[in-house]
Amino acid sequence: MPTVSPSDQRHRQLGLTDGEYALIVQQLGRHPRDTELAMLSLMWSEHCAYKHSRTTLRRLPTEGPAVLMGPGENAGVVDVGDGLGVAFKVESHNHPSAVEPFQGAATGVGGILRDIFAVGARPIAVLDSLRFGEPTSERSRYLLEQAVAGIAHYGNSVGVPTVGGEIYFEAAYEQNCLVNAMCLGLAPIGRLIRSAAAGPGNVLVLLGALTGRDGIGGASVLASAELGEGDAAKRPSVQIGDPFAEKKLLECSLELLESELLISLQDLGAAGLTSAASEMASGGGVGLDIDCDRVPLRELGLAPFEIMVSESQERMLCVVAPDRVAEVVAACERWETRATPIGEVTDSGRMRVRHAAELVADLPVSILVDDCPVYDLAPTEPVGVSLYPAPPATLAPDASAAETLLALLGSANLASRRLVYEQYDPIVQSRTVRRPDEADAAVLALPTGEALAVAIDGNGRRVACDPRAGAAEAVYECAANLTCVGATPLGLTNCLNFGNPEKPHVAWQLTEAVEGIAQACRALGVPVVGGNVSLYNEAPTDAIYPTPVIGMVGRLPDPARAGRLRFARAGDAIALVGPFAPTRAGSEVAKLSGHELAGPLPIMQTAAVRDAQDTVRTMVNAGALHNAHDIAEGGIGVALAECCVAGGIGARVALPAGLDPFAEALGQGFLVSGPDVALTGLAIIGRVGGDALELEGVLTVAVAELAAARDGGLARFL
Amino acid sequence: MKFGVIRFPGSCDEVDAQLACQRVGEAEILWHADRDLRGVDAVVVPGGFSYGDYLRAGAIARFAPVMVEVAEFARAGGLVLGICNGFQVLCEAGLLPGALLDNANLRFVFRQVSLVVVSSDSPFTRACEPDRPLSIPVKHMTGCYYAPPELLRGLQERDQVLLRYAPGHNPNGSLRDIAGVCNAARNVFGLMPHPEHAVDPLTGSIDGLAIFQSIRAAVADRLAV
Amino acid sequence: MRARVLVKPKAGILDPQGQAVQRALPALGFTGVTDVHVGRMIELDVQDPARLPEICERLLTNPLIEDYEIVSADPPAPTTASA
Repeated sequence: MPTVSPSDQRHRQLGLTDGEYALIVQQLGRHPRDTELAMLSLMWSEHCAYKHSRTTLRRLPTEGPAVLMGPGENAGVVDVGDGLGVAFKVESHNHPSAVEPFQGAATGVGGILRDIFAVGARPIAVLDSLRFGEPTSERSRYLLEQAVAGIAHYGNSVGVPTVGGEIYFEAAYEQNCLVNAMCLGLAPIGRLIRSAAAGPGNVLVLLGALTGRDGIGGASVLASAELGEGDAAKRPSVQIGDPFAEKKLLECSLELLESELLISLQDLGAAGLTSAASEMASGGGVGLDIDCDRVPLRELGLAPFEIMVSESQERMLCVVAPDRVAEVVAACERWETRATPIGEVTDSGRMRVRHAAELVADLPVSILVDDCPVYDLAPTEPVGVSLYPAPPATLAPDASAAETLLALLGSANLASRRLVYEQYDPIVQSRTVRRPDEADAAVLALPTGEALAVAIDGNGRRVACDPRAGAAEAVYECAANLTCVGATPLGLTNCLNFGNPEKPHVAWQLTEAVEGIAQACRALGVPVVGGNVSLYNEAPTDAIYPTPVIGMVGRLPDPARAGRLRFARAGDAIALVGPFAPTRAGSEVAKLSGHELAGPLPIMQTAAVRDAQDTVRTMVNAGALHNAHDIAEGGIGVALAECCVAGGIGARVALPAGLDPFAEALGQGFLVSGPDVALTGLAIIGRVGGDALELEGVLTVAVAELAAARDGGLARFL
Repeated sequence: MKFGVIRFPGSCDEVDAQLACQRVGEAEILWHADRDLRGVDAVVVPGGFSYGDYLRAGAIARFAPVMVEVAEFARAGGLVLGICNGFQVLCEAGLLPGALLDNANLRFVFRQVSLVVVSSDSPFTRACEPDRPLSIPVKHMTGCYYAPPELLRGLQERDQVLLRYAPGHNPNGSLRDIAGVCNAARNVFGLMPHPEHAVDPLTGSIDGLAIFQSIRAAVADRLAV
Repeated sequence: MRARVLVKPKAGILDPQGQAVQRALPALGFTGVTDVHVGRMIELDVQDPARLPEICERLLTNPLIEDYEIVSADPPAPTTASA
């Protein structure tokens, strides 16, 4: 039995522990070859193997009546009626974005688009969830500007609308920005395709761009061994996105599926060909033979391990019957897209890679996909330690209520996102019924006459205060956003952005947050259909706030009645719906006041919140309301101000006794307005009208002043 | 009547344009690599990024096989509408005067803007009510209209500026707030705003319909002659 | 034969990229830099350099808004100083 040679510790540089390496040697009965080591190190990484999160993720409910495809496929898919399915997924591209924010964010969008068309769905919308350090930091402003430009560059160029998103600025993200992108796609159910390879003798065809040394990342230690000094040009580089190539690849892939030329389809993402081929083989219980010499290269002289792990963008892998290959190549030519047979399906159960007639890798598929050890977390609740420094106070302790409201509206987290969303095309494809800032969720008309609603949410600061309740709130907040446009949730996707899970307190944050999401999903009857985990988001000096990002998709019957957030008509009554019992824990006003992060967050009154959602949703769908808006960050004061600013009209409100206008409880309270008769039985708190927002006995501020504060918040920095 | 909407590999708004055309007539997609306009009565060069727009927006698209036919069609008096990237392509092809530069703030801009109809004396604006501004969205990175001074003067003298951004609505730094111009023969028109995204009350305004209705009416008149 | 074509905005044309660079320089302590223009460089291997002007005018530039300069068409191709 070979042992780990002490002189060869390359596996450590590749991120494998000595124990993992020993396990590989034991399973193979020999040391892995270079190419094999590169492949295994990536397949056994957290990103591919979920080795620190898999056990925890099992707690999430994944089944529901509408689910057509659940976790494990390229994207989850839910049934939206009339033979149509909606595929969706959110994924992180945090590290590449921290290194090169424009390309990192652009390729993040490119990657999530491919996940969606890999299941046969046409991408119809992109949303993104971004986290940066405070905008007072020059680096944060640079990252923001570049990441937004990158998303715009890619999303706008491929003709998929960017319909929503969210941005938070917190010092905890200064070293590790987060760039999560979500995509939705639409497909006739019959066109949906899985990634499982099948049929020994069938041909493996690589579609799309040439393979270069992009994003070889960790595996570069193998390159270092081979390259001499001064070979900087040959070193791996960041992935560069080409949206034009993606657009052609997208159209071409959908055309191939439409013509029923493909047996299976898989996108190439992290770990490139290795991961795509392994997943396809594993899914189908087959083996694959790959010939590296046939992979079209962008530059000469790539080593086989580089070919196998390259993360060059805009590539897909498909399985085609031998007698249909010529048709596939011809269809691709029409779209100026390369299609190259690079291997075949076998019944060997092995991944065999040849290069220059030599067998450079010969591994059981199972060792790549199934044999990575799964680690139990060792969660420990941190007691009596404060994990995050208190933010600096920017609001004077004696600030008046009016000053506080203006400060909140102008704060980086609550200010208008217009400067950002104006860089995105939200209307291409002609189905966008509610654009950014018009409603709490984006609304997209379906060919069935109904509509989809989608929202993305996740307030890391609140999760840092109280991981279980904070993560649950993110689910409720998303559901509240859908409720306000009249939609019933069908499913959700999540991206779990956390620090190093081997640290007991991060493990605790992760397990608690997942438990919170699971409980909220069960309470609301919303299944998790897919997602992504991004761990180790920490720099030596700081870890990020634990940041689960939730993307939720719902369905509403009549797009013409989709709710809007703006106050519309003078004289309308305003009602407060829901068990809204907010506190200042983890709130925006607590941040501006320089308070340390601390829970607990308000206790979720599950049944009452569900009732409130039903009430609001029913009224929106009946066309009875003129506006609906959920009360989120900044409390009811900010929510009212947002309705006023959006409508360009004031309101006069008497808050219920004891209700702190700036205290928060996310996803639990709703503001609705309409004629009195429509609001019968609800708690009327005021009326729309005038040109100022007046909270009786608390504050009066002109709508123009509210608008100026909200509009100026980010403009100061961009 | 039948519209033909060109599809380049990087077109994004061709289906949107087709849907808009179908509100007033028939419309089919024409493939960039085919030298065939299939007998359509009017051509729309739609928005998007034709060939990735890598050299300059529209620079490669103008050499597409189908553009040879479009140029011929235009020379024979056929109506050609270029929207956004289509406007850029028509300028690059020399079918429209002037050029489009990157937006003054170097950022992509999406915004619902208000447009002033400067002249309704054209096959593209004849159905527009004078003095009634149009609310139509823009979305582009390269939409800053430029023409050298003498050309600009000529355009104004010959009433070729059909649309301007209303005061305060110029989103890109265009000279004299120019949003859309036609050629001297008035049968080729390009504009940066997207009238095809303003044809359905469900998804926005319906002010863009007037452009398509104008084309239909103009084609009907010609067919009647 | 390797040629380099430098393309820059015509004099007097709005050059927001050049202006952005010019504005950024003083903030980094680089004073005394005026008149910045941003264009692009296109490198081509051509068999017949005599056709370069036509190539430039028909495709590489838009003569309405851009000027070009063919800065090097000398064989053999000069290599860039390697880092």
